[in-house]
Amino acid sequence: MSWDISDIDKWKAEQFPRGAVIPESGNSQDYNVGGWRSERPYRDPEVCIQCLLCWIFCPDSSVLVEGDQMVGFDYDHCKGCGICANECPSNPKFGGRKAIEMVPEGCELPGASASDSEVK
Amino acid sequence: MVEQKTIAATGNTLVAEAIRQCSPDVIPAYPITPQTTVVEELAKCVANGRMHAEYVNVESEHSAMSSAVGASAAGARVATATSSQGLALMWEVLHIAAGMRLPIVMFNANRALSAPINIHCDHSDVMGARDTGWVIMFAETAQEAYDNTIMAFRIAEHPDVLLPVMSTADGFITTHSIDRAEIMDDASVTEFVGEYEPTYDLLNFDKPVSHGNFAGLGGPYFEFKKQQRSAIDASMPVIKAVGAEFSELSGRPFDVVEGWGMEDAEVAIVVIGSTAGNARHVARQMRKNGVKAGVLKVRVFRPFPAEEIRQALSGVKAIAVLDRSESFGAEGAPLFLEVRSALYDLDRRIPMVNYIYGLGGSDVRIELIERVFNDLTDLASGAVQPFGMQYLGTR
Repeated sequence: MSWDISDIDKWKAEQFPRGAVIPESGNSQDYNVGGWRSERPYRDPEVCIQCLLCWIFCPDSSVLVEGDQMVGFDYDHCKGCGICANECPSNPKFGGRKAIEMVPEGCELPGASASDSEVK
Repeated sequence: MVEQKTIAATGNTLVAEAIRQCSPDVIPAYPITPQTTVVEELAKCVANGRMHAEYVNVESEHSAMSSAVGASAAGARVATATSSQGLALMWEVLHIAAGMRLPIVMFNANRALSAPINIHCDHSDVMGARDTGWVIMFAETAQEAYDNTIMAFRIAEHPDVLLPVMSTADGFITTHSIDRAEIMDDASVTEFVGEYEPTYDLLNFDKPVSHGNFAGLGGPYFEFKKQQRSAIDASMPVIKAVGAEFSELSGRPFDVVEGWGMEDAEVAIVVIGSTAGNARHVARQMRKNGVKAGVLKVRVFRPFPAEEIRQALSGVKAIAVLDRSESFGAEGAPLFLEVRSALYDLDRRIPMVNYIYGLGGSDVRIELIERVFNDLTDLASGAVQPFGMQYLGTR
């Protein structure tokens, strides 16, 4: 089933499904919640050991993985909770730095490579 | 008409019997005086196999109504019962049940609210729930409590309505007195209420839905309230149709307002619940003394039968509205406010007064009702002017 809500702003009261029911599943993907974020996760691919703990712990399935590689974040659905940065293990090869850290929205990413922040 | 059995039973026994006969799938309930024997009876029925419901023992009325919401959203037919503080504790979830359009049926044994603590009859509990979006029915007798409760399922589950319905009776006076009543056989009730076919049931995995969604941040919250208003407005013709059908089966009359002597009444009492009987008794006596007395009983309070009340009262010369609850600081008590508002559209202004009576089970004695009719006679003749609101029977 596909629930067409493209013109929902024009719907009359009686057009909405009774009692605020959403009559289909799996459509939260269509809702951009990236704007709720005050901090965004930034990942340094040099430091990342691809343990995928971030992918396991992310409560919003916003860690993007291709094959067995963590490739970036889905910034349309990441709400900036910081769980990925918290779980990310420190890497002794880089003086105990973590691959993922949270940076305030609107700030320039520290040493961000253009390709990383652009991924989706 | 179906064949019926005449029994002697309390209002609560009859309500429990009505709920059993309507076969709810889930009963989440918490006992509270004077509702207790309803849920005890139902628990017994489930335990001994007389009904096949999931009986959920909950830790509070808030949980009872929350479970009812969950079970109803899942697609079950749900019934519960409560009273007084229990209804008050359910308050926030009452709005949710109505807002989610869940056809839950609940019986309420009308009882005063604390403080001071009191376990006896008044309508403070139900009247506190009058704006929650529930359909609200009042019974005068144990028989009406039985009848209303059966009708409640049909009304709640009607596709044009899909709202929760509260069937109420006066605590102790009606719930605990043994009364003569006629009950239908199980098969007739089963046929009358029919099978409940939910439309957005959570347990239907072929058509996944989500309930309890967010409609803020500029979303259509206001539009959903308009839907609710349309639904409760639409419930009025449904209630009448269901009532007519039930009357045909039972041979007992039903209307949203029921008049006695209203055809030619000059003075009238508007009243809810068990006191209607006292009022009719006195009205009968008054008529022997030449006073054209009438009584108008409101059996359905939500939706409010404004048109029916206007019609019934348009010809009288003075009206007294008897309220068994307070609306502290308001121009009058709940029933009075609504009746007076309904009559505003009449061409002629009828002198109207409000009596607050019987709070906390305070006795409604015959001489009190006589006093009301005597006041009304003075109002009708112009001997006294409308005096607003008065407490009836306080020291």
